[in-house]
Amino acid sequence: MDAKAIVVTSGKGGVGKTTTTANVGAALAKAGEKVAVIDTDVGLRNLDVVMGLEGRVVYDLIDVFEGECKLKQALIRDKRVENLHLVAASQTKDKSALSEERMQETVRLLIEEEGFDRVLIDSPAGIESGFQTAASAAGGALVVVNPEVSSVRDADRIIGLLEARGVDEVRLIINRLRPEMVQRGDMLEVDDVLEILGVKLIGIVPEDERILVSTNLGSPASLDESNKAGNEFRNIARRLAGDEIPYAALEQSSGGFLGGLRRLFGGR
Amino acid sequence: MFRLFGGRKKSKDQVKERLKMVLSYDRAKLTPGRMEDLKAELMEVLSKYFPTEESGYDVTLEQQGDHMVMTANLPLES
Repeated sequence: MDAKAIVVTSGKGGVGKTTTTANVGAALAKAGEKVAVIDTDVGLRNLDVVMGLEGRVVYDLIDVFEGECKLKQALIRDKRVENLHLVAASQTKDKSALSEERMQETVRLLIEEEGFDRVLIDSPAGIESGFQTAASAAGGALVVVNPEVSSVRDADRIIGLLEARGVDEVRLIINRLRPEMVQRGDMLEVDDVLEILGVKLIGIVPEDERILVSTNLGSPASLDESNKAGNEFRNIARRLAGDEIPYAALEQSSGGFLGGLRRLFGGR
Repeated sequence: MFRLFGGRKKSKDQVKERLKMVLSYDRAKLTPGRMEDLKAELMEVLSKYFPTEESGYDVTLEQQGDHMVMTANLPLES
């Protein structure tokens, strides 16, 4: 993706925006990019705990907006990866403190003055001011969707709003895919979701308990090479940087005995 | 073919159809109730010009490429 500022969004809550932001951000940084992740979920911040940086928050995004601190002071450096930084959301202020203008200025400063290669903006759920503020500073978007009806419906709405805002590069991450359910015909397939939403794919993350465990521990799975559950997040980071990486989950769910049979009989 | 092995209809096909239907209305910014009103009014207008059959007409919304397309299928009395 060409966009340096990328919003991570979904419409629906609880589909994995924050986990995705932390894991993709961490993987990008580990691969050498200078990365800032920004939590814009004012009042309900969580990116700090998911990244294990909650103990180091002094200033937050709203402090920057209100001139309480310098941007540099709100940048929390990650413990594990040197070029990964977090700007936390405020836990005490409310959404009225958000401003599209300030958001755009903050992201511009991060890229032009602080030299960040990539800024990932973790959007709150919903389509109101929080999402609008997060999207206002972005040139690209990662839309996180679970393969189920309400999540796909909300993603469709979000994609429409992103297009209306002129966010050009929209990429889809299908999160929590359960290959065994897909094989039984009880879950929407990747192709179904892509056909319905009509946007380009950048990741398929299978459901995996280890992601939840690492999230709870504040240690993104993508940072631990031995954690296979982090593989797809590492792949997303590489695709974002321009590499062509095949989709492991796609081969798994369409391959094998059943997939072979279905292909033989002309099924999709 | 699937019946041979599982004897069960795949739920995902139903899910996909439901989703497509829901999204057609969302994208057209139309509710199913308004659509019924539209159908009734459309029939009223058209019946002024053609002898139409009371039943058998159908109005559907469908995504075609980048556009939403509304199709009215209206059998005329012969």
